[in-house]
Formats: sequence, structure tokens, C-alpha cells
Amino acid sequence: MLSKKQARAFFLGGTLVTFLIFIGLTIYSFSKGNDQSNHENITESVVRGKKIWESNNCMGCHTLLGEGAYYAPELTKVIDRLNMKYNGQGEEVIKSILMSPVPWQPNGRKMVAYEMTEQEAEDVVEFFRWIGEIDLNGFDRIVSPLAKEDNNN
Amino acid sequence: MKYKSQKVAYWFFALSMLLLVLQLVYGFVMGFARIGFDNLHEFVPFNTARAVHTNLLVVWLLSGFMGAAYYIIPEEAQRELVNVKLAYVQLISLAVVGVVAVVGFHFNYWEGRKFLEIPRPLDFLVVINVLLFLGLILVTLFKGKRRTTTALVLSMGLLFAALLYLPGMLPFDSQVMDSFFRWWVVHLWVEGVWELIMGGILSFLLIKLTGVDREVIEKWLYVIVGLTFLSGVLGTGHHYYYIGVNKIWLIVGGIFSALEPLAFLAMALFAVNMYRKGEKKHPNKLALYWTLGAAIVSFVGAGLLGFAHTLPQTNLYTHGTLVTAMHAHLAFWGAYGMIVLAIISYSLPNMTGRKLYLTPRGRAAFWLSNIGMIGMTVAFGVAGVAQVYLERKFGMDFMLVQKEISIHFVVLIICASVFTTGIIMYIIEFYKHGRPTDEAMEVSIQ
Ligand code: HEM
Ligand code: HEM
Ligand SMILES: [Fe+2]
Repeated sequence: MLSKKQARAFFLGGTLVTFLIFIGLTIYSFSKGNDQSNHENITESVVRGKKIWESNNCMGCHTLLGEGAYYAPELTKVIDRLNMKYNGQGEEVIKSILMSPVPWQPNGRKMVAYEMTEQEAEDVVEFFRWIGEIDLNGFDRIVSPLAKEDNNN
Repeated sequence: MKYKSQKVAYWFFALSMLLLVLQLVYGFVMGFARIGFDNLHEFVPFNTARAVHTNLLVVWLLSGFMGAAYYIIPEEAQRELVNVKLAYVQLISLAVVGVVAVVGFHFNYWEGRKFLEIPRPLDFLVVINVLLFLGLILVTLFKGKRRTTTALVLSMGLLFAALLYLPGMLPFDSQVMDSFFRWWVVHLWVEGVWELIMGGILSFLLIKLTGVDREVIEKWLYVIVGLTFLSGVLGTGHHYYYIGVNKIWLIVGGIFSALEPLAFLAMALFAVNMYRKGEKKHPNKLALYWTLGAAIVSFVGAGLLGFAHTLPQTNLYTHGTLVTAMHAHLAFWGAYGMIVLAIISYSLPNMTGRKLYLTPRGRAAFWLSNIGMIGMTVAFGVAGVAQVYLERKFGMDFMLVQKEISIHFVVLIICASVFTTGIIMYIIEFYKHGRPTDEAMEVSIQ
């Protein structure tokens, strides 16, 4: 039967090997040619948008890239989705929600009224635009309106 | 022989119980918001309630783990804790940092990074606090008469948990990178080093409660934590499928995360077998309930329900839906909530001298909380599966789907009330044990 020493060797060996592979794969995924995180298109405005996203904990209600809370809609392809719903006025609608002094509640569920400035709202839209162009291995098709169209037919 | 300094554990456990109650209050706030009673929106919007709910969860579990370490390490190392005063300083500073963070969440002082909402400046205080804790534990261990595998695995888990907090503090401009390294904390905690902590506590409890030979128990402990890391490290890939990183993770994450349930299965089999094998019949049956319960429920919540959505083909549809919340509740409860309640149930009679073993209230606390939590899991699960089909498969609008499934949140609240009743009974039982005393420590049986 397995001895305690062998059991320990299994633990230490397995950990070391998988950890090294993990580091290797991390480097691999962000190296040139394999990186698909849309890194090259990050502008100053996108970075400001991300800061706003973070400092208000938008992820505490919404998901983005499928991460966050499940109380409010997924925002990965939000511009496309609202473009479709509001005849191409998606960005304007987002900005007006963010700048509104009263809580937006289209279906009874309230969002916090952030009263952002035009510039701040513009940065958040830029951030969403950047997010929308990331290669998500097909997840975008599940949450985007175009895929939904296909599914409906 | 017991050690007087073990008593400090009591206060960590007391803090833990207090934070647990607060966590549940905020859980109800969210549950009610979801069925249309968002009356607290002005002061506690959903995102505040959520950040408080999950961060208090983490802090009460950590406080429980720390209490467990302060109780277990002296006994395993066979010496008093090196400095009891500093342990109290650490306790108070932990409570202060926790309270400041949670109050901050009500005033937009946070970082919207799921589970790591504590802002960076406070992160540094967390780090100092944890370093103090680790110092006390590790110095005690190394000055001790013996270094057992149980103590080593537990301390290693705590040390790695601290180290892994650091990648979460790195700043990035890219949301993708931010997420990528956030998982080094969140995933490698719950599906990695926290399992070492759980395994260490579990093996301590099994040694005490079943009387099975330490060598046998500790051998299997190595096998379990071996399986944990072998699957769990590369299993991190199950969070990388759809966040904007390379497709290689679909294969690596899929294969290795599918193996993760093995560690939990091994833990459940291990606990049940040691219980069967044990000659010793320890009178503290309630502690045994919680110990075996943790091993079994963690297999269901983390192992089976984790497996249910871990393959890339399923995760494509369930990623970021209420299916995740279903799994999250039973996994956290079974693996970490129950193991903390197990070590409390075991140690409390020893520290206070009041042997409230398996009272009717203690038994009711166990069953009500577990039945309530299973009901909550089913409610989240039904809501989640319905959401996946309506929204992701049939393309219905998010909010319309939410209206369809809101009835399941009524069920959730009912089950959460059963759960909470169990927890309140547990805490009454805790209170009835009274305070820890030196005399109790001297006479207590092993
Ligand atoms: C005690 C152990 C575990 C705990 C406490 C736990 C907890 C959690 C939590 C809180 C989340 C949500 C994370 C987030 O979206 O921010 C999550 C997600 C996930 N867990 Fe676990 N988990 C455990 C074990 C497992 C295991 C063993 C598996 C696989 C077999 C698994 C598979 C998953 C998957 C696939 C997700 C991602 C869901 C999504 O894409 O939205 N978990 N887990
Ligand atoms: C009174 C009991 C409870 C209620 C009513 C409750 C309710 C909730 C709700 C509504 C959410 C938010 C889901 C969303 O984003 O829409 C949530 C999240 C969460 N709760 Fe609870 N909860 C309770 C107890 C617990 C307990 C005891 C634990 C742990 C042992 C726990 C762990 C979590 C975790 C880890 C999350 C994050 C899940 C995720 O992101 O996938 N909760 N809870
Ligand atoms: Fe994970």
C-alpha cells in the first residue's frame, strides 16, 4: 500500500509540476500572437471608463464578460443590444442613463442614479465599445442581439 | 493536556458568528430586492448589499480559520502560543479593518472587483494583519515539541492564502488582465489553498473524534491535498474560457477542472471511512455531525454542482447566470461554513467546560440550517436553469426573464428563513456555553 512518504511526494510533485505549467500557460496566453484581449486598442478614455466602472462597483449588479452579479443585464454587447432596441441610439441611451439625476427603472428594478458628467458618460461608453471588441471565444454570440435573432428564427 | 492560550480561539469564533448574522441580513436585503421590495435602495442599493454579503462571508470564514489555527496549533505543537497579547491585537485589528471596509461599502468606498471589493489602501492593512497572524502561528509551530502533518498542512494553507492575496492587488488598465489575476486569488483560494485549511481542520477533528491512528489519517490528507492541487491549479482555466484569453484554456481548464471533484470525493470518502473505522466513541456527537456533514455537503456543492457547469460547452450558456449562484452557495456552505461550525462545536465544550453535546437545540440547528441551505440551492438552481433557457437559448430580454423567475426568489426567502432559524439556534447554543476558563482547559478530555 501507499506509504505516507509516497503520499507526500505525490502532493509536492504534483503541485510543482502543475504550478510550472500554469505559469507557462499564463505567459503563453499573453504573448504576441496569442493575446486576444484587445490590449492594443486601450485608449486613455477606456482606462478612465474602467476606473469609473470600478469605483462605482457596477459589477455589484451587472455582469461584464460574464463576471459580476446577476441582478441587472449583461453589458458585454450592450451598445449593440440597445442600438437594436432604440434604432441605433444605443450610445445616447447609455449616456442618458448614466447622467440621469433620478434612478433609471425601466422594468421596476432600480439602478443607482449616478449623475455623471457628459465626459464621464462618454468614457464609460468608450470602455463598453472596447469590451465589445474583445475575442471572447464565442461567448459574445450567446449574449449579443444578433445571436438572439438567429436563435429566434 | 490542553493549553491555556488556546482560549483566544473563542473570541475569533465569537466574531465569526457575529459577522455571519450580518451576512445573512444583507442576503435578505438582496432577496427582497429581487421580488420587488427594494425599499432600502437609497441607503443600501443591491451592489452594496452584495459586496457586504460576500465580504462578510470571507471575513467570517477567515476569522473562523484563524480561531481554528489558534486552537489547533498549540495542541499539535504541544506548547503555548508564543504571544497571547499579540493574538488579541490581531483579533481586534481584524475586526476593525472588517468594519471599516463594510461601512465604506455604504459610501461608495470600494473597488468593483467581485469578491475583492476592499480598496487597495485597506488591503495593506489586511496584509499586515495576516502577517501578524502567520507570525504567531508559524513561530509557535517551529518552537513546538512536534511538527505534525496536520499542523503543517493547515499552516501551509494559511500561508499560501496570504501569498495569493497579493496578485489581486496588482493594478491593470485592461479589464481582461484584471479578471485574469483576480482569479489567482478567488479560484486558487476556494479550489486550492482553502482546501488545505479545510483538510487540516478535518484531519484534526477526525483524529480527535474517531481515534483512528494519526499516521493513517495524515497519509490520506496528503493524497487529498495532492489531488486538490493537481486538478485545482490548472482548473483555474474554467474561469478563462470566455473572458478574452486564449482558447488553450478551454482544453486545459476543461480537463483539469473536471478532475477537481475527485479531491472532494476523496475528502468525503475519507471522512466517512475514518468514522466507520474508528474505535473511539467521542461523546461530542454534534461535532461529528458537522464534521461528516462538511465532508459530504462539500462534495455535493463544490464537486457535483461545480462539475455541472465546468465543461466549456455548458459554461458557455451558464457563465454569469444564477446557476453560478446556486453552486456558490452550497459550495461555500458545505466546504467552509460547515467546517468552521464543526471546529467550533468541537472546541467550545473543551474551552468553556460546559458539555452541551448533542442537545435538541444543537441537533435542530444542524438539520434546519442544512435543509434550509439545500432548499435555497434548489431555488437558485431552478431560477438559474430557467434563466439559461429563456435568456441564453431562446433570446428573451434579461428583465423579462427576471420577472418570469421572481417566484423562485419567494421560495428562496422561505428557505433562507429556515436556514437562518438554524443559524440562530446554533448561536444561542454558542452563547449558552458561556465563556472559556482556564480550569476547563485543564480538565477537558481529548
Ligand atoms: C469549496 C469549493 C468551491 C467554492 C467555495 C466555489 C465557489 C464558487 C464561486 C463563489 C463562484 C462564483 C465566482 C464568480 O463568478 O465570481 C464559482 C464559480 C465557478 N465554480 Fe466553483 N467553487 C468551488 C469548487 C468548484 C469546483 C470543484 C468546480 C468544478 C468542478 C467549480 C466550478 C465552478 C465554475 C465552472 C464556475 C464559473 C461559473 C461561471 O462561469 O459563472 N467550483 N465557484
Ligand atoms: C439568508 C440567507 C441568504 C440569502 C437570502 C442569500 C442571498 C443571496 C443573493 C440574493 C445573492 C446575489 C445573487 C445575485 O448576484 O443576484 C447572494 C450571493 C452570494 N451569497 Fe448568499 N444568501 C444567503 C446566505 C448565504 C450563505 C450562508 C453563504 C455562504 C455560505 C452565501 C454565499 C454567497 C455567495 C458566495 C454569493 C456570490 C454568488 C455568485 O456570485 O455567484 N450566501 N446571496
Ligand atoms: Fe473556480
